Amino acid sequence: MAQDTKGPTLVLDGEEVAFTPGETIYQVAERHRREIPTLCYDDRLEPFGGCRLCIVSVEGGRNPVASCTTRAEAGQRVTTKGGALEMHRRVLLEMVASEQRDVDVDPLSGYASQELSTLVDRYDARTGRFAGAGSGASRPDDPNPFILRDYENCISCYRCVRVCAEQEGDYAISVKNRGFDTQITVEFDGILKDSACTFCGQCVQTCPTGALADLKALAHRAREGETEKTRTICPYCGVGCSVDVLTRGDRVVGIHPAMDGPANEGALCVKGQFAFDFVHHPDRLTTPLIRDDHGHLVPASWDEALDKAAAGLLEAVNEHGRHSVYAVASGRAPNEAAYTMQKLVRAGLGTSYIDNCSRA
Amino acid sequence: MSNPLPDMEKPDVIFCIGTNMTEAHPVAATRLKKALARGAKMIVADPRRIGLSEMADLYLPLRVGSDAALLLAMAHVIAREGLVNEAFVADRTTEAEAFLAHVEEFTPEWASEITGLPPADIEAAALLYGRADRGAIFYTLGITEHVCGVDNVQSLCNLALMTGNIGREGTGINPMRGQNNIQGAGDCGAIPNNYPGFQPVTDPANQAKFEQAWGRRVELEKGITKVKALDLAGTEIRAMIIDGENTVVSDPDREHCEHALKSLDHLVVIDIFLTETAELADVVLPATSWAETDGTCTNTDRRIQRLRAAVPPAGDARPDWWIVSQIAKRLGAPGFDYERAADVFDELCRVSTTYHGVNWAKVSAAGANYHWPVPFDGHPGTPRLHEDGFINGRGVFKQIRYRDPAEVVDDDYPVWLTTGRRLETYHTRTQTGRSAGIDYLAPHEVLEVNPGDVEDWGLRDGGFARMASRRGEVVVQVKATTRSPRGTVFASFSYNDVPVNILTGAGYDPVTDTAELKVCPVRLEPHEGPPRPGAGDVAAD
Ligand code: SF4
Ligand code: SF4
Ligand code: FES
Repeated sequence: MAQDTKGPTLVLDGEEVAFTPGETIYQVAERHRREIPTLCYDDRLEPFGGCRLCIVSVEGGRNPVASCTTRAEAGQRVTTKGGALEMHRRVLLEMVASEQRDVDVDPLSGYASQELSTLVDRYDARTGRFAGAGSGASRPDDPNPFILRDYENCISCYRCVRVCAEQEGDYAISVKNRGFDTQITVEFDGILKDSACTFCGQCVQTCPTGALADLKALAHRAREGETEKTRTICPYCGVGCSVDVLTRGDRVVGIHPAMDGPANEGALCVKGQFAFDFVHHPDRLTTPLIRDDHGHLVPASWDEALDKAAAGLLEAVNEHGRHSVYAVASGRAPNEAAYTMQKLVRAGLGTSYIDNCSRA
Repeated sequence: MSNPLPDMEKPDVIFCIGTNMTEAHPVAATRLKKALARGAKMIVADPRRIGLSEMADLYLPLRVGSDAALLLAMAHVIAREGLVNEAFVADRTTEAEAFLAHVEEFTPEWASEITGLPPADIEAAALLYGRADRGAIFYTLGITEHVCGVDNVQSLCNLALMTGNIGREGTGINPMRGQNNIQGAGDCGAIPNNYPGFQPVTDPANQAKFEQAWGRRVELEKGITKVKALDLAGTEIRAMIIDGENTVVSDPDREHCEHALKSLDHLVVIDIFLTETAELADVVLPATSWAETDGTCTNTDRRIQRLRAAVPPAGDARPDWWIVSQIAKRLGAPGFDYERAADVFDELCRVSTTYHGVNWAKVSAAGANYHWPVPFDGHPGTPRLHEDGFINGRGVFKQIRYRDPAEVVDDDYPVWLTTGRRLETYHTRTQTGRSAGIDYLAPHEVLEVNPGDVEDWGLRDGGFARMASRRGEVVVQVKATTRSPRGTVFASFSYNDVPVNILTGAGYDPVTDTAELKVCPVRLEPHEGPPRPGAGDVAAD
């Protein structure tokens, strides 16, 4: 039979499409470029089915179903768009937006921070029809320098709680109460530092409303210029997490974890997420220094400094032989630094008197 | 690592030894947590009650430096219980017979005396790992930073070989590399014994190859390690060039190290800050930092990844490769006319065996995913090593014996000090110490002491202690915590005002010259008042 050879199929907006058993309707639809709106969905997490924005209708069913939690089944006839669905989504969005004090959220707040405002615009749902209700009180009393906890903007999608449990494995935050009294909280209603939180920032990056936001990035909110992203690798440990460096002008203003980073798949730790501003620290060396006759390190031109650097090495070679010079390459600098350093030693001095910092 | 990072979610038994992964490699640790959530079992062997031990099914708080004894006894039990993977051993290994005879004498009871672990726990660990379908070993410097570091690694290999836990998904022997490009530095030949791609310098064929590639005579003799070079500083070694390493704070036996660098005729340091090491230099050359540098780096699972500059250099800083090339030219060396990082990387790939199949364009492409070895053009890379065999033919069992650390506790120095890293700080804090907010989490160094010991030794939680080893002493604030077992204390080496590495450096592994940073007998006494004003300043301020 045909189905055996091509695997199961379903009908998506009139088009027959194949799927892999176990996939949700949302996953199948996304693969076929349907733009189903979502809020509580993060493809790295177990589907939760809380916001119901992703509803679709399945022929024969009485009510629309949440596509992110409904498994695809052979022969299903699924509709992802159309008047009634769109209307339903708009009303849901208006209710969600009413929980929100600010609909406009600064993009520096976090990776997913624009999700809600983008949908509100798409559905033109800025009405304030349900104004007045809100989930949770903000925690301006938490003095941590990294994470803003402004629960006035929380829509109870639980993405932060789920990412902390499922991705980070820290279970630092949880949900208290339900409905309009919902509050995201830490143990004993305390501050993050006193909880199991490791300040990995993953809750910040998955929050779709900016209720949780990156305080270090937001400090640059007023800086001139467009925010640009550059894909590179975290400078700290050997895991090699991929990051997008956010810049405005000549300034690093924040870090986003790369959701498609092969080593980290959207995760970072406190160092990779928040310890980036050393780049612009006033202690940075900005000019070569050479030791003067009084024993002080004083600024010099590149030519002067390089000449002096090389002259000292040559002098050692001339007076004590080539085995009197030793080089140490960095475990922090790129491959190109290590390669040129060992080539300098091997091709330039004719020895293998080189090492790196792995022994200590 | 023999296996790629995503494999960390696949084992059914995880064996972590000498790795404080939740702090030193937190993102990798999240993968282990996922494996545990899926039902994997975990054995954690570590002297300290670290984060991982809280998640373990079996926690083995062994005495510092006794790893080899534990591993020998585990091999003993695996052999005795008939858990040896006979087919794997026959097809893929040699010297199994001698090894199996060798471990007969190392009973759990014998290891118990040395490690302080109950024999039943050693037995249980061996059975758990020995019966695993997919058993994976993870380790870090807690295994290597010992006088017997090589023996420890070899002992782990023995376990993996006898159970066939290598070359398959969710298995392997997986050292977690500490620094962002420590793997790459070795790959590129910045080691005394190998050219790029681990091609031995002592092989005449390699000598001929590199003389041809570089147009210069190269030596057939291997070089000396940095540890030896520092020993010879001022006598045989007269000049040094150091790139991006704060040797003075990070290396063992700080007094010796500082003295060594001061006794050089000429010291050139390339760095982004005026570190304690740079302060001793005759010439300091400012390098571009991360976020200002184009290049490549290679992570712990051998993945070659692109670095991209996001902002212009600070002031007149230049890329390391440019600085080194300018010096090389002044030494009269040919072949340093690189215009961009890509030129350097492409040359590296041409002469390397492990990077041979990639180039700048390939590793820059979106979705690039190359784990070395990539031996030829068109090769997809090797996420998992040893799938179809070992590079050198067969896996060789090594007959290891337990050896004591270089120094052991005695009446004068009755306490074990072990050192390591913390989550929030990195190495000598040249970077994290200069990033806003990190101080909120880790404002200064503390010495972690068991509450019972705090009391017995007349110390006070939050008070200060004077800690002395045979090489020197430091003053450090005391923190009472059950993370430390009785008789063992812990500090990191991240803070310049608590230069713990003044104390360390009793011994070195005879093969690799790796310093025994993980074990150092010390003596502790209460100290009144803070050590000196300004405690908690970043290094080099
Ligand atoms: S920062 Fe990380 S550990 Fe802390 S609450 Fe958020 S997700 Fe959890
Ligand atoms: S983000 Fe953290 S875990 Fe990832 S590479 Fe950086 S330091 Fe390592
Ligand atoms: S995205 Fe499906 S219910 Fe929220």
